Amino acid sequence: MKWLLGMVASFVLAAGVSAEEMAPDVLVKNVTEEVLSIVRKDKDIQSGNHKKAINLVEAKVLPHFNFGRMTQLAVARDWRQAAPAQQKTLTDEFHTLLVRTYSKALTEYKSQTIDYRPFKMQPADTDVKVRTEIKQPGGKPIQLDYYLEKQNAAWKVYDIEVGGISLITNYRESFASEIRNGGIDGLIKSLQTKNKSGEAASVKK
Amino acid sequence: MTRGKTFAQRMTTLAVAVAMAGLLGGCATSGNPKDPIEGFNRAMFSFNEGLDTVIIKPVAQGYDTALPTPVKTGVTNFFGNIADVFIAVNNLLQGKVPEAASDAGRFLVNSTVGILGVFDWATDMGLEKHEEDFGQTFGRWGVGNGAYVVVPFFGPRTVRDTVGLVLDVKADPVANVDHIPTRNTLLAVRIASDRATLLPADKVIEEAALDKYSYVRDGYLQRRRSLIHDGNAPRAIED
Repeated sequence: MKWLLGMVASFVLAAGVSAEEMAPDVLVKNVTEEVLSIVRKDKDIQSGNHKKAINLVEAKVLPHFNFGRMTQLAVARDWRQAAPAQQKTLTDEFHTLLVRTYSKALTEYKSQTIDYRPFKMQPADTDVKVRTEIKQPGGKPIQLDYYLEKQNAAWKVYDIEVGGISLITNYRESFASEIRNGGIDGLIKSLQTKNKSGEAASVKK
Repeated sequence: MTRGKTFAQRMTTLAVAVAMAGLLGGCATSGNPKDPIEGFNRAMFSFNEGLDTVIIKPVAQGYDTALPTPVKTGVTNFFGNIADVFIAVNNLLQGKVPEAASDAGRFLVNSTVGILGVFDWATDMGLEKHEEDFGQTFGRWGVGNGAYVVVPFFGPRTVRDTVGLVLDVKADPVANVDHIPTRNTLLAVRIASDRATLLPADKVIEEAALDKYSYVRDGYLQRRRSLIHDGNAPRAIED
């Protein structure tokens, strides 16, 4: 079950800077390095301050993610049966869930470093994959790939693959089964319950 | 190994027998074609989680807190070095001769210069660590996954990987050490060490998963697919 580790690392590294018109590989690198350098200096985050990590993710990472697209991909073919208001709620709740997860992973960051793999793209490309690798002592490097799409001249991440596990694909089956059991509203309710219980847990801490 | 079955082999046989009984029994169906025996699997998942909560995780936490990082890295490297022999064999079976040679080189370097594998100099020399097992070898040969199965003690597998697991255990040098107390100590340390490296993942998964069972299942299935393609699996996602 070593692949689980990768999930942690990915959330740590899926982090961000601001930049218009920046090449996708440069964007990934800048964001990653900026967030890691903050975490390396921040004793609060290292000792598990989830709130602070959430703020960091909100400020640095979120601007570079396309949550609408991520939610649509995770909900897959059931997306069309959701009303626009439901689509908005789903996106907001999924957004909250991913932010909570990312920031949790940041608090688990130890001393991993990142290698950026050579990147090639054509000027006309609007959908690319940026490959990186997490190096950790005593372990095989973990592949960490970002999928980005060009949107109004800015590149936005819409999926992350860790050791071959796509974040979006991993939610598909459970989203589909929630929808089978309780419809779109059933999925919304599960996401809300999940987010509330997460919040309660971090407040207690 | 001299005669009869080792303890580890008996445990695997038992675990696999339980898993197979679950398969044949059918149990509750979920409608998910990848997971036809979901009812059985969920029960086994809870059993494994219970075992983890009560014994394995507390031991791993103790291990993690008690030992300094260089020692823990040394332990991981030590077991990783033993595994490299087995990984070389699997790479060879898959026809990946350069990889197999690299694995053998790793073992030679780390067993000697790396003092019985405690230091991983081979990685610094550019011999990359691989991850192979019999389940992947079968996958490479074209054997399909079969149903998803949660094997008692061992966790997520598919039918193909369960068969692979039996061979993995048979070929595992640690499980075949003749001196029983030594073998048991080694197995216990390896379990604690492996589990300790996964401790950070626990909290993130708790945070991420709507349903931990299916999150772990789908992660496992994606991971295996990627491993069989050595990290270059075709993109599975579609709109």
